[in-house]
Amino acid sequence: MQNKRKLVNYAKWGYIFILPFFASFFIFSLIPLVDTIRYSFYEYYRSGIKEIGPNFIGMANYASLIQSDMLKYAGNTLILWLIGFIPQIVIALTLASWFVDVRMRIRCQQFFKVVIYLPNLIMASAFAMLFFTLFSKTGPVNSILMSLGVISEVIDFMRTAFGVRTLAGSMNFLMWFGNTTIMLMAAIMGISPDIFEASEIDGCNSTQRFFRITLPLIRPILAYTLITSIIGGLQMFDVPQILTNGQGNPDRTSMTLIMFLNSHLRSKNYGMAGALSVYLFIVSGILCFIVYKITNDNDPDGSKAAAKAKKKRGG
Amino acid sequence: MSSKSFNRLRTVFAHVLLIFLSFLCLFFFYILIINATHSHAELQRGFYALPGTSFLKNFNSVANNGEFPMMRGILNSLIVSGCSAAICIYFSALTAYGLYAYDFKLKKIAFTFIMMILVMPTQVTAMGFLRLITKMGMYDSLLPLIIPSIASPAVFYFMYSYLESSLPLSLVEAARIDGAKEFRTFNQIVLPIMKPAMAVQAIFTFVGSWNNYFVPALVIQSKDKMTVPILIALLRGADYMNRDMGKIYMMILLAIVPIILVYLLLSKYIIAGVTLGGVKG
Repeated sequence: MQNKRKLVNYAKWGYIFILPFFASFFIFSLIPLVDTIRYSFYEYYRSGIKEIGPNFIGMANYASLIQSDMLKYAGNTLILWLIGFIPQIVIALTLASWFVDVRMRIRCQQFFKVVIYLPNLIMASAFAMLFFTLFSKTGPVNSILMSLGVISEVIDFMRTAFGVRTLAGSMNFLMWFGNTTIMLMAAIMGISPDIFEASEIDGCNSTQRFFRITLPLIRPILAYTLITSIIGGLQMFDVPQILTNGQGNPDRTSMTLIMFLNSHLRSKNYGMAGALSVYLFIVSGILCFIVYKITNDNDPDGSKAAAKAKKKRGG
Repeated sequence: MSSKSFNRLRTVFAHVLLIFLSFLCLFFFYILIINATHSHAELQRGFYALPGTSFLKNFNSVANNGEFPMMRGILNSLIVSGCSAAICIYFSALTAYGLYAYDFKLKKIAFTFIMMILVMPTQVTAMGFLRLITKMGMYDSLLPLIIPSIASPAVFYFMYSYLESSLPLSLVEAARIDGAKEFRTFNQIVLPIMKPAMAVQAIFTFVGSWNNYFVPALVIQSKDKMTVPILIALLRGADYMNRDMGKIYMMILLAIVPIILVYLLLSKYIIAGVTLGGVKG
């Protein structure tokens, strides 16, 4: 009891210590969010130097966004994300299980880890500019391929949707596979060695061990990786923006949602930008909630729930 | 095939793949470094595997370029990233300590709230943010790129997990008995304990801020306030074909090199830090 009264005395300091965080969040995130939502219901844009609005128009912005190319851009974002994510998760899982497997005897582990993590820290916009320069018609990639005799005439990577999407997706792959590998490695190392030992005694081979033991046990972290990667993909901007100079060329096949938002913001098209932000907010809100569930789950593999259900059935 | 030779084959294959992936990661930076040392005329003729002699010439032409004030940009980026990292880690540690060491009514709600917005993209509030800072008279200045980093949920969560694992509350009690005021306890006892966590997060916040493009590009208009990513975008937008290629490579190199240097010096701590902030479980 004595202790409890003491804690109450100090409560004021708790509020003081967390005040800066919440004040900053309130001013720079919450007020802007409310403002964004408010103007999504208004006709409010700039045409030339004249400002039109704000006039209340209800859901009209939302409706016209649905009819515009927004869904196409959502599709582009999804494609760009998938091109990067699928090889990323496959490679990361493979590398992570190799790194922790003592029988593989991977040499220079620290060196490989340092190298594959490196691209994650590189400025995405500079990396995109570098790729644009290297893969241009007169760039070194074309001249290397020519001199090796692989191709007979220069490839214009930036002309085809396939070329631009592959470049953007590969850059995302390069930037993120190292990070994912290290995350998954930590997850696999968290599995109790007893389980692996027992499986070995039972005659489990490496494929079985990977699919029957490792994968199911790191499921929560895999889910976390997946969802955070989707959130990252949703925000994809720097790479395609710089690669295509904000145009999403060719024929806006590499225009992402945030690039679309950016172009509305630049042309001071506040009503549409607001409605688009609200769409993005709803989607990322759902994803945030899933992440919250995963991080605060004290029964990550579902075993407790299963045991409870079994008990109920009387098994 | 015996399982021993099968394992051996797997090991060889693993190393081949690892070397290939490392090659992919390093190859582009290698070309970048090589090309930054060649003059425009040389680069027009083709590709070189070895460095040239025009490094200083390219560097000087970047340094003396008024159209793309790169040196000024690097200085701006250093100011923004340095200040962001400093206030971000201090206030995140403060918030984490406030929620960890004290008991108050809204504690649980506050914690849950921060966890809910842990991975919320900043882009969704960008429009309101722009309007707000315009009203506050901070449009086209570096301040709106720095101050909001006081509230960084992910850094907070990292600090909170670290406190949970390494700060016994009895230490705080002892400080109180010795007559230390609350702020003094935090600054002189808790902060030194949190040094490792703060160092890791300072690096990540610095890098994140250095590389940040979306919001700064919307906020900054005048050339002398531009940060490095905005200058890179400006370079992309400019009439590209008539440019000095040696200079372009040098600009990209200058944008990337500071981070690579920091990384090579601290890679051990950075890689260890990647996983610490991840999910528990």
